Amino acid sequence: MTNSNSEPMGGDSEYIIDVNNVTIRFNKSTENINDLKEYFIKLVKRQLMFQEFLALQDVSLHIKKGEAWAIIGTNGSGKSTLLKVISKILKPYKGSVSVRGTVASLIELGAGIDPKLTARENIYLNGCLLGYDKKFIDSKFDEIVEFSELEDFLDSPVQNFSSGMKSRLGFSVATIVQPDILIVDEVLSVGDVLFRKKCMNKMNEMLSNGTTLLFVSHNMTQVRAMCNKAVWLNHGKVLKVGDAQEICDEYETNIEAIKAAERKKRAKAEKALNEQAENIRKKREQTDSANK
Amino acid sequence: MSSLLQKFKPKEGSFLETFKYKDLLVQLVSRDIKLKYRRSFLGYVWSVLNPLLIMIIMSVVFSFLFQRNLALFPIYLLAGRTMFEFVNHSVGKALGAITDNTSLLKKTYVPKYMFPLSKVTSTMVDFVFSLGALVIVMVFFSFTEQRVLFSFWNFGIIIPIIQAYIFALGLGFFLAQLHVFFRDIRYIYNAFVTMWLYCSAIFYDLGMLYEKGVKQAAKGIEPYAKYLAIIIERFNPLYIYIKQFRYFVWVPAVGKTPYWAAVDQWDFLIGMGYALLMFAIGVFFFKRSQDKFILYI
Repeated sequence: MTNSNSEPMGGDSEYIIDVNNVTIRFNKSTENINDLKEYFIKLVKRQLMFQEFLALQDVSLHIKKGEAWAIIGTNGSGKSTLLKVISKILKPYKGSVSVRGTVASLIELGAGIDPKLTARENIYLNGCLLGYDKKFIDSKFDEIVEFSELEDFLDSPVQNFSSGMKSRLGFSVATIVQPDILIVDEVLSVGDVLFRKKCMNKMNEMLSNGTTLLFVSHNMTQVRAMCNKAVWLNHGKVLKVGDAQEICDEYETNIEAIKAAERKKRAKAEKALNEQAENIRKKREQTDSANK
Repeated sequence: MSSLLQKFKPKEGSFLETFKYKDLLVQLVSRDIKLKYRRSFLGYVWSVLNPLLIMIIMSVVFSFLFQRNLALFPIYLLAGRTMFEFVNHSVGKALGAITDNTSLLKKTYVPKYMFPLSKVTSTMVDFVFSLGALVIVMVFFSFTEQRVLFSFWNFGIIIPIIQAYIFALGLGFFLAQLHVFFRDIRYIYNAFVTMWLYCSAIFYDLGMLYEKGVKQAAKGIEPYAKYLAIIIERFNPLYIYIKQFRYFVWVPAVGKTPYWAAVDQWDFLIGMGYALLMFAIGVFFFKRSQDKFILYI
């Protein structure tokens, strides 16, 4: 297992994100053992099983600076796991990851928001959680407040905020720097239309300034608009890598096919159900007439 | 200086990485302090009042129970208890520091050391606040005794506080990582604390044990009380810190040094040795298992 290194820009590798044969293993045991009592009981009963589940299998991804990548796939295909590996939250079980440059990851907005603190305090706390120092946040404070449109609520505790306001706060703090890599995971589905548009504009602005983008979305229109490359994950494996437009087309037809198959299946099941109901009705009629 | 800090690139997952996040430490500690005292008018008053009340109850009970007239017993008691509670509280809070920040650890990369570190640090700030209770008691007895009980020596408490802080950090790191895998560690720790309390000479003094040992020897039996006293004095790091703390607060107030309260250079060295050893053990185990946390939280 190799540790990922976050070295400054300008290394000899041409890739800004280099994911090599990464495998992520989870324990899919039937029950979670998380206390000593259970541990010893299971140990005595010899039931300490490790059922492995590979969330990612042998995934490789090479991303150059300035590219915009989409990660697509159905639910449970490992998209979020891949993002977590790149943003250093998960360590690979096998393989290696190397990321060069600063990463701003919008995996879930407002992860570090403490509801009991005020918006002002949360801006500092969240900024520090993302690794900025206080002086820097001081200098960017007005910008953050302006972007989040929360001027009037700066000193009220965040627990009174709506979810849209919270994600506005989270997004504004997370994007105060021009990161080398921006990781976005379906966060844009919250907030009102105007703010969503603002976020899209901000992301586009970053892209045109040379930020590398990693984008997870089920919305193919957004993917086509934002990205030029795409990787299609299926059950933890890379199914296809290539041009975003092509992959999107293929994915959509594939999804259509799956959906059609599902529709067919559902229609069949419904038909069987109707027949059954019909049979029951006939039977009851027979018994009714017999009783008469 | 700042450019030096920028060049400082500690390896990911090493303890040194926390220095890069020093502003985060300040934020986390000030959050804990603010949330504790905000919007509660009696916030600070409580952190002084609580030890005061407990001290009054314990002084009454134990001066009846032991019938041993230790000079300025309330100060003796409060000094020991404040120190004990500092270590106990900070370790207790550090223990849950990883499991309480599950959502954060699942979504952002933060050096995981930060969480136990911030809990122990905020408890230390709290502890410094609660020293107000000790000041109040000493002012009170200065009046009743008709002399000033404060002295220049009082500033020496910084030494045992630093030792206890490092020790609590080490134990906190060790238990925090264990708690991720075994959630019932908390109950085991709580039971352990009760034993620890009785072994730390909070409401009795080791002189009692030594004298009993002499009596036992006179009767011709093995002086077990003496052995117990030696074990406490040498192998309970927390007692070593309490002893030092009393040496800088209670001993100058009383004005004379009982033989069992005297502190020599060995107490400082052994106390610091235990603190650094515990810290090394804690960081070692924490570092070894921190990559697995995410799979269990």
